[in-house]
Amino acid sequence: MRGWLLPSLALLVIAAFAGSLLVGPAGLAPLAVLDGLFGLRSETVVLVVQEIRLPRSLLAATIGATLGLAGAALQGYLRNPLAEPGLIGISGAAALGAVLTLYTGLSAAFSLALPIGGMAGAVCAVLLVQALAGRDAGTLSLILAGVAVTSFAAALTSLALNLAPSPFAALEIVFWLLGSLSGRSMEHVALAVPFMAIGWLLLASCARGLDALTLGEDAARSLGFDLRALRRRLILGTALSVGAATAVAGAIGFVGLVIPHLLRPLVGYRPGALLPVSALGGAVLLLLADMAVRVVTPGQELKLGVVTALIGAPFFFWLVVQSRREAT
Amino acid sequence: MTALLEASSLAVSLGRRPVLDDVAFTLAPGETVGLVGPNGAGKTTLLRALAGVLKPVRGEVRLEGQPVGSLPHGHFAARVAYLPQGGGSYWAVPVRTLVMLGRLPHRERWSKPETADERAVDTALAATGVEHLAERPVTELSGGERARVLLARALAGEPQLLLADEPVSGLDPYHRLEVMEHLRALSQAGKAVVVVLHDLTLAARFCDRLVLLADGKVAASGPPEEVLTPQRLDSVYRVRAVLGRQGGEPFVVPWDRLGDKDDSSLAEGTG
Repeated sequence: MRGWLLPSLALLVIAAFAGSLLVGPAGLAPLAVLDGLFGLRSETVVLVVQEIRLPRSLLAATIGATLGLAGAALQGYLRNPLAEPGLIGISGAAALGAVLTLYTGLSAAFSLALPIGGMAGAVCAVLLVQALAGRDAGTLSLILAGVAVTSFAAALTSLALNLAPSPFAALEIVFWLLGSLSGRSMEHVALAVPFMAIGWLLLASCARGLDALTLGEDAARSLGFDLRALRRRLILGTALSVGAATAVAGAIGFVGLVIPHLLRPLVGYRPGALLPVSALGGAVLLLLADMAVRVVTPGQELKLGVVTALIGAPFFFWLVVQSRREAT
Repeated sequence: MTALLEASSLAVSLGRRPVLDDVAFTLAPGETVGLVGPNGAGKTTLLRALAGVLKPVRGEVRLEGQPVGSLPHGHFAARVAYLPQGGGSYWAVPVRTLVMLGRLPHRERWSKPETADERAVDTALAATGVEHLAERPVTELSGGERARVLLARALAGEPQLLLADEPVSGLDPYHRLEVMEHLRALSQAGKAVVVVLHDLTLAARFCDRLVLLADGKVAASGPPEEVLTPQRLDSVYRVRAVLGRQGGEPFVVPWDRLGDKDDSSLAEGTG
């Protein structure tokens, strides 16, 4: 590992986190924010900093880290730079789970139903993908199962929108689907972060196995790695972390695609070493993107998922063209 | 003396299709054994089963008399290296990083490579003559360079036993001979080698013993010249070959294809 990369990314995370606390419509001075963080100012300032800005920054950092880490892990496992948490159906199903709680009014009845629905969707997606792909499935059947689950989840989501009881309910669902961090509370942080943390540990434990997979599945097995156990940890880790993230922030795409791709050359293309740097890189990207939506159009805030898709989709096109050029 | 690697009444299936049936195999230290046979005979499947990558339906593989399944975790991987057919790297890692992957069975979780690991990698790079490529991305190498780098990866684990699946396929004559000489040097250093080969001259020249597979069974096993007889080349490979000796070493040049006669004495379904 090139020694400077992890520390400098960690510094960037801290800087972006601090920056993210300073930005907002309340227009607080930096010192006021600092005091507010420790509860030393007026009630309003403390409320703005501790109840509005802090949860938002915490979620941006942890969700960004989740998406970067899960993207890097999935790409290493599938040995495909185009892989993404969305690819194996987890994001789509988590979004569906959350939409169902909105649709049925459960989320109005008790606020935590929304995040719980998202995670339940992610877990269902994992079980369904496992069942479809079989216990000892190869990469191709895993991707196909993911595509099938994603399409089915998208169809059911559209159905829920189609049958929405009122235009307001439909609008609420759509807005939520776009992905955003505005209006999230410490409750959301408390519910999502523990699950994300367990997911991170599971994904981090895959590092050596992902390195071995550089040589292909047979060679990795012959180096003493149990690939079925590796896959279980990887899928469960992705489901917990991405499921929890999608549940509280909606569908935020492309972070898991862009970040590992940009950082891979800096770690000598080693899949294991890519995991921690992608987590930090994802945190930086999402913190910056979430600052951008607040600064660029303060009146009508852009949705975070829209911004990451606007950056990410052209990047995806470029990747596809690039990989076609390499293949010929 | 116990065989280094041993398998008895081995049966292996891929999915539901039985591929190997009642195969016996032994290997002594310092020995090079060639696995030969037509396409689809089960050479790769046997090698994968010996490497512990495939679980047999019946029978077992033993390392120094111990069933492989009963060995402590990582023990087998640290002593047996497997070089899959047509291997490569999925990422553009530098050669040195790739070769270091061969050290994984010897390294503790989370730890950085130690001096012993670095030394083993240096030795492996030198043994296969690829030190000058150490910093190059694996994906940019030529076929011959890549074959030697993958061999270095297998050697970096300092295995007692190397299982190589067609390590010379796709290589030009110069590099074929070069790889075979590396394998011979290994067995001369007291390690054992099992190698799948299609080139019968290389098999006859470089192997101490050949195991000829046909239709998932051992058709013959023994010194090359006892295995590669005209009758067996006829019945198993369905070719007529020019057999001879050059400088005291045997060569086998397949020359004529035998007609597609419906003779039940010929091996079926070996296409």
